[in-house]
Amino acid sequence: WLLFLLLLLLSVGVSAVEVQRPRGVPLSKRQFYEEGKPFTCLDGSRTIPFDRVNDDYCDCQDGSDEPGTAACPNGSFHCTNAGFRPTFIPSSRINDGICDCCDTTDEYNSGATCQNTCRELGRKERESLQKMAEIAKEGFLLKQQLIHEANRGLEDKKAKLGDVQGSKKDLEAKVEALRTVKEAAEQPEREAKERHLKAWEESARMAEVFLELDDDADGFVSVPELLSHSELDPDADGSFTEAEAQGLLGGVDKVDTAAFESIWSNVKEKYMSESNADTPAPEETSREEINEPVSDNESDQYPDDDIPEDEDDDDEEDEDDDRDEHEYKIPPTARTEEKKDDDEGAMPPYDQETQNLIDGKNAFKTELFNFGFGICFRNLEKEISFDFGPSSEFAYLYSQCYELTTSEYIYRLCPFNRVTQKPKFGGSETNLGSWGKWAGPEDSIYSVMKYEHGTGCWQGPSRSTTVKLTCGKETVVTSTSEPSRCEYLMEFTCPAICQEPPNLEISSHEHQEL
Amino acid sequence: MAPLLVLGLALCLSGTWAVDKGNFKTCEQSAFCKRQRALKPGESPYRALLETMELTNTRLTLQLINDNNKVRLLLELYRLQGNITRVKINELKPLKPRYEVPDVLIREPTTEPLSVLSQDENGVVLSLGVESQRVIISARPFRLDIMEGSDVLMSLNSRGLLAFEHLRMRKDTFSYKVTSTVASVWDNIKRVFSSQADPEAEKKEEADPANQAETTKEEEEKVEDGMWEETFKSHTDSKPNGPSAVSLDFSLPGVEHVYGIPEHADTLRLKTTDNGDPYRLYNLDVFQYELYNPMALYGSVPVMVAHSAQRTTGIFWLNAAETWVDISSNTAGKTVFGKMLDYVQGSSETPQTDVRWISESGIIDIFIMLGPTPKDVFSQYASLTGTQSFPPLASLGYHQCRWNYNDQEDVKSVDAGFDEHDIPYDFIWLDIEHTDGKRYFTWDPHKFATPKEMLQGLMDKKRKMVAIVDPHIKVDGNYKIHNEIRSRGFYVKNKDGGDYEGWCWPGSASYPDFTRADMRAWWASMFAYDQYEGTMENLYTWNDMNEPSVFNGPEVTMHKDATHGAWEHRDIHNLYGLYVQMATAEGLIQRSGGVERPFVLTRAFFAGSQRLGAVWTGDNAAEWGHLKISIPMCLSMGLVGISFCGADIGGFFKSPSTELLVRWYQAGAYQPFYRAHAHVDTPRREPWLFGPENTALIREAVRQRYTLLPYWYQLFYRAHVTGEPVMRPLWVEYPQDLATFALEDEYLIGRDLLVHPVVEEGARGVTAYLPGKDEVWFDVHTFQKHNGAQNLYIPVTMSSIPVFQRGGSIIPRKLRVRRSSTCMEHDPYTLYVALNLQRTADGELYIDDGHTFNYEKKEFIYRKLTFANKVLSSVNLAPDAKFTTDSWIERIIVLGASKPSKVTLKTADGQEKQLEFDFDASMSVLTVRKPGMNAGADWTMTFQ
Repeated sequence: WLLFLLLLLLSVGVSAVEVQRPRGVPLSKRQFYEEGKPFTCLDGSRTIPFDRVNDDYCDCQDGSDEPGTAACPNGSFHCTNAGFRPTFIPSSRINDGICDCCDTTDEYNSGATCQNTCRELGRKERESLQKMAEIAKEGFLLKQQLIHEANRGLEDKKAKLGDVQGSKKDLEAKVEALRTVKEAAEQPEREAKERHLKAWEESARMAEVFLELDDDADGFVSVPELLSHSELDPDADGSFTEAEAQGLLGGVDKVDTAAFESIWSNVKEKYMSESNADTPAPEETSREEINEPVSDNESDQYPDDDIPEDEDDDDEEDEDDDRDEHEYKIPPTARTEEKKDDDEGAMPPYDQETQNLIDGKNAFKTELFNFGFGICFRNLEKEISFDFGPSSEFAYLYSQCYELTTSEYIYRLCPFNRVTQKPKFGGSETNLGSWGKWAGPEDSIYSVMKYEHGTGCWQGPSRSTTVKLTCGKETVVTSTSEPSRCEYLMEFTCPAICQEPPNLEISSHEHQEL
Repeated sequence: MAPLLVLGLALCLSGTWAVDKGNFKTCEQSAFCKRQRALKPGESPYRALLETMELTNTRLTLQLINDNNKVRLLLELYRLQGNITRVKINELKPLKPRYEVPDVLIREPTTEPLSVLSQDENGVVLSLGVESQRVIISARPFRLDIMEGSDVLMSLNSRGLLAFEHLRMRKDTFSYKVTSTVASVWDNIKRVFSSQADPEAEKKEEADPANQAETTKEEEEKVEDGMWEETFKSHTDSKPNGPSAVSLDFSLPGVEHVYGIPEHADTLRLKTTDNGDPYRLYNLDVFQYELYNPMALYGSVPVMVAHSAQRTTGIFWLNAAETWVDISSNTAGKTVFGKMLDYVQGSSETPQTDVRWISESGIIDIFIMLGPTPKDVFSQYASLTGTQSFPPLASLGYHQCRWNYNDQEDVKSVDAGFDEHDIPYDFIWLDIEHTDGKRYFTWDPHKFATPKEMLQGLMDKKRKMVAIVDPHIKVDGNYKIHNEIRSRGFYVKNKDGGDYEGWCWPGSASYPDFTRADMRAWWASMFAYDQYEGTMENLYTWNDMNEPSVFNGPEVTMHKDATHGAWEHRDIHNLYGLYVQMATAEGLIQRSGGVERPFVLTRAFFAGSQRLGAVWTGDNAAEWGHLKISIPMCLSMGLVGISFCGADIGGFFKSPSTELLVRWYQAGAYQPFYRAHAHVDTPRREPWLFGPENTALIREAVRQRYTLLPYWYQLFYRAHVTGEPVMRPLWVEYPQDLATFALEDEYLIGRDLLVHPVVEEGARGVTAYLPGKDEVWFDVHTFQKHNGAQNLYIPVTMSSIPVFQRGGSIIPRKLRVRRSSTCMEHDPYTLYVALNLQRTADGELYIDDGHTFNYEKKEFIYRKLTFANKVLSSVNLAPDAKFTTDSWIERIIVLGASKPSKVTLKTADGQEKQLEFDFDASMSVLTVRKPGMNAGADWTMTFQ
């Protein structure tokens, strides 16, 4: 026994009780370090005598000659950690006075007093793994249930959607009938409207043409002025004579505006504007282009969502008001349109007949709206369209909200909807982001939710929240933080994320290295 | 309106923000500066009364008279040890004492004998003792010339701009009262009718020919607006003492380059100020400061260094009041061609720089440092105000800061992040949010409930923490610190005698009167472990906002008519920040029983602040321009003693691009104080948040810093002993090389490392000037050798940090980078021996315990390393010092070597052994394997 102890003490550079190999070498690489034989760097770059392995001088570029010292900047040291998990640490942590390996093997010459904590760690890890496994197990059961419910719910909803679609058909028939009525009703309106508009446009064009033709701006369009527009030549024979021009003007030399109106039909078809600048077409398309994303956006949002929050509760952010105001202004396109209307305000009001027709149509619209199925239909469709996970296991979170109260705030997570923060002692709610997407890493995309485009921050981006999901029996928000200004982090446990526990038999690593 | 418009336009054009200049005074808006600057040269009313001259062995006194108002001044002239001349001018009989700056000079300077060489009715010639140096005092007008041989080194009042506003009684005659009342009523009416923010109106007010009182006065002196009261924006300065400004001009013949007078975000070489405002020295909290601008910033050192190929001199203007410095030059406007023409035609006048200092109050007290070399000026200045404090070794490592690390959990995870990504760091910092409601010396009870646990966690990793302690104290009856200061009467008082209150982070706050020694002693005692709860020895301190910053005060600082005992804040303003750091550093020393060196970072500073800790360049921004200007800003500070300087890595305001952040980490690795910091509103930017590639680049930059810690540390030791800057302009080492005089995109660390960081976006290469006709320089990464006296183009990639080691130098490094500097304590050294053309090299090696004052008790190793005649040796430079180290020499790398046949080590005990070596013929690099001797031992190594 004493001899054994002595032997142990003598075997410097070799971990006790273990297979003989240089310090810091994992069992898997043992064969490369053969006592007494020249050592070839693992990258093959050079071969050195064996006594230069772990001699505290870096000979190999890859650091492989000094697995047990801090000599190489890129070396790594293997701790066996019997009783716990074996691990590699950067060789710069050997003998730096800080205990890194639970088996204390990294601090063999630093004077640091390290305790072997491997068994304790192993026990704790096993306990927590056990616990986690239990949670996972129960959570997974719950998850199955959730999936089941979700599927049933989904079927229900699909059925409902079918119903709705059925009744939609009925309704559509009704609507069709109504539409006929409506169209019948609208027909006169549209026609009247068109008439009115046409008349207006016609006279506007007429005036324009008159002004263009009246080169000398004397208030009369004369024969010579007309002659400059060869396209008006009635017989299009290439020679536009004075007589022909006179004919166009109704037999006189010149006409004033009143007389021009009466000869307008002679001119309007052929007349070509001198300036082709007044082409409204491109503007029209650009307007449409702008319109597109705005309406897209709208359909993305919840009906009850994004009501302007007039005040930010954060007292350091005095300038929020401005910003909010700006942010919640009517989309620019809408404003442009308003402006357009203003510009065209020159158009006279509809005549009484047209107005009556329009009012009649509006009344009909209201009636149609009262059926209300539109909204219901859209909500159902929307819900079904969400990505509730591979087996719809997250569906139960939909339309639920979970709160966490901290010392200052009440945080509220409404999955697939939004995250908010409200001061505990009064003050208005701040939107920390609306449902964006699943944002976990590729192999577990459903482990992270991202909520985006919350209330804007002063001089910064709009608020956003990352929700990290972990397996748990309960569905609960466990913590919130704001690691970076206006970027929130929420921890959320729920059974839906639980994975099927592999096997409750936890392999203990205790004997792996022996 | 106009300036506002221009600013607005500039804002639009550049598409960025900038400082709101309207918050800070121009010279025109500062009554005394405007008055003084309006004086015309060549009309000096001052005459020296030679008959009043008295000369003792070491002190000459002489009266000056102002012929306009018959007020007499007393001039004192001293010859100080080390080639320094001191000139003091005060009123002969002031109405009450004028402020003389205390606590900046480390001791009463030692004087040397003066003697009169000759004297007549026109003047006196005095001998300054050394090198045929003389002072000529001319009587009419008064003028002072310092000569060496037949050369004039410096002239005082040569342009006749000496001005000394004597203290006077306010003319409270009946007529004065009436007119002044009328005038002020009129002023009020005007104010009502003009918008408050209208600068036109303000200007007009100042430009108004002064009140009618003038005509009723007996003296012919003008009473100008702003003498007895001055209003800026909504703030009125009551000026109970009336006008008290002092000013003096200096001419520097032969000088075209002047430096110093930090802090300004401007070029290293100071510009002439003829067409704009003078450089301003007035410690201010400037929100989002602008670059290339003479505006005042957070700190002030009223020291200017003048340099020419022949000589280096310095002027130290010891005055703590608001100060403006005008610079003009007779060659400034000339092109190179113009200068050439002058030269060819022989019509050239000698180049000359004229400088003029204007201060609001106090006296004229100047120290003329006569060099003649740059290093002489550094040691002359150090003999007056002391040297750089010797920082704990760990504080030269990397510092991770952010406003704010939110809670203990956050601190823990950031700390773990460094280990996970294998990036070393020594200090993690806590900004204001760690406190309980901005009450300094406390911890937020929720976020930092168990600070000792947190500090212990860091200590277990051999790391440290800095927590902020600002000088504004929350006015709160439940706050112990406030109650104590108030009950002891330690607060600064407002003009009406009550405790001064202003607005700062905590809301309403008062400001301790740090000018009081008893207040400072009390403050220091608050850092004791039993007073400052939750602290441990690995917690250090950061003093921010100590200009002092007062959010609702004039120019975001304290009212000038606030009082510090007998003195007005006006008199002491620029000194306040120094006192705050002084009291804090003292606190850290005391809590350890005088054993441990303190580490205190300050934003505001003054002459002498170098003795107290580190300084950073304040609230910069994440812009390439700010990265670039960090070099001249720190170089300027180094020239006037403050070596421990750095800028916020990444930029404080705004968010840096990844490229900018990486480049800043690279540049910062080679600047003295290496701390990343970020504004609370910016996204997180810990080094590992930008993808593995950038994490690797940052890791490499930080690791380069850590390998060089032995060199940084010994340079700081040198700076502590001699006062020479650690980070220095090239001209300091190459004083005759004109090409180096304006260089500010590269610099030297010590004498031996030349750094040209990449500070341009998308850079493909940099052009570095390698100085020295007979020098060679080695690229520290490739070991490629380059000749001196050339502009070298260096292609760069994202991993490049162009750094060169001078041939002829030996630099010790520790190549085993660990997770903190403390973990590297016992690690071995690698010596980088770079041979010059003569195949010699030398260097030093300094080692001590890294954190205590025991070096003062000679507990250190200080060795000279020399390579000559193929022998490398280590010789003890301090045989009376004692210290032992576990560190040994693991490797010697000789750059520019030839291949030896054998290398033999001979140790002190006479034993010899052959060493193994590698020779890389392509680069001429010789690597000696594992010589193994102790770093503190004598040895020689022969290369045969």
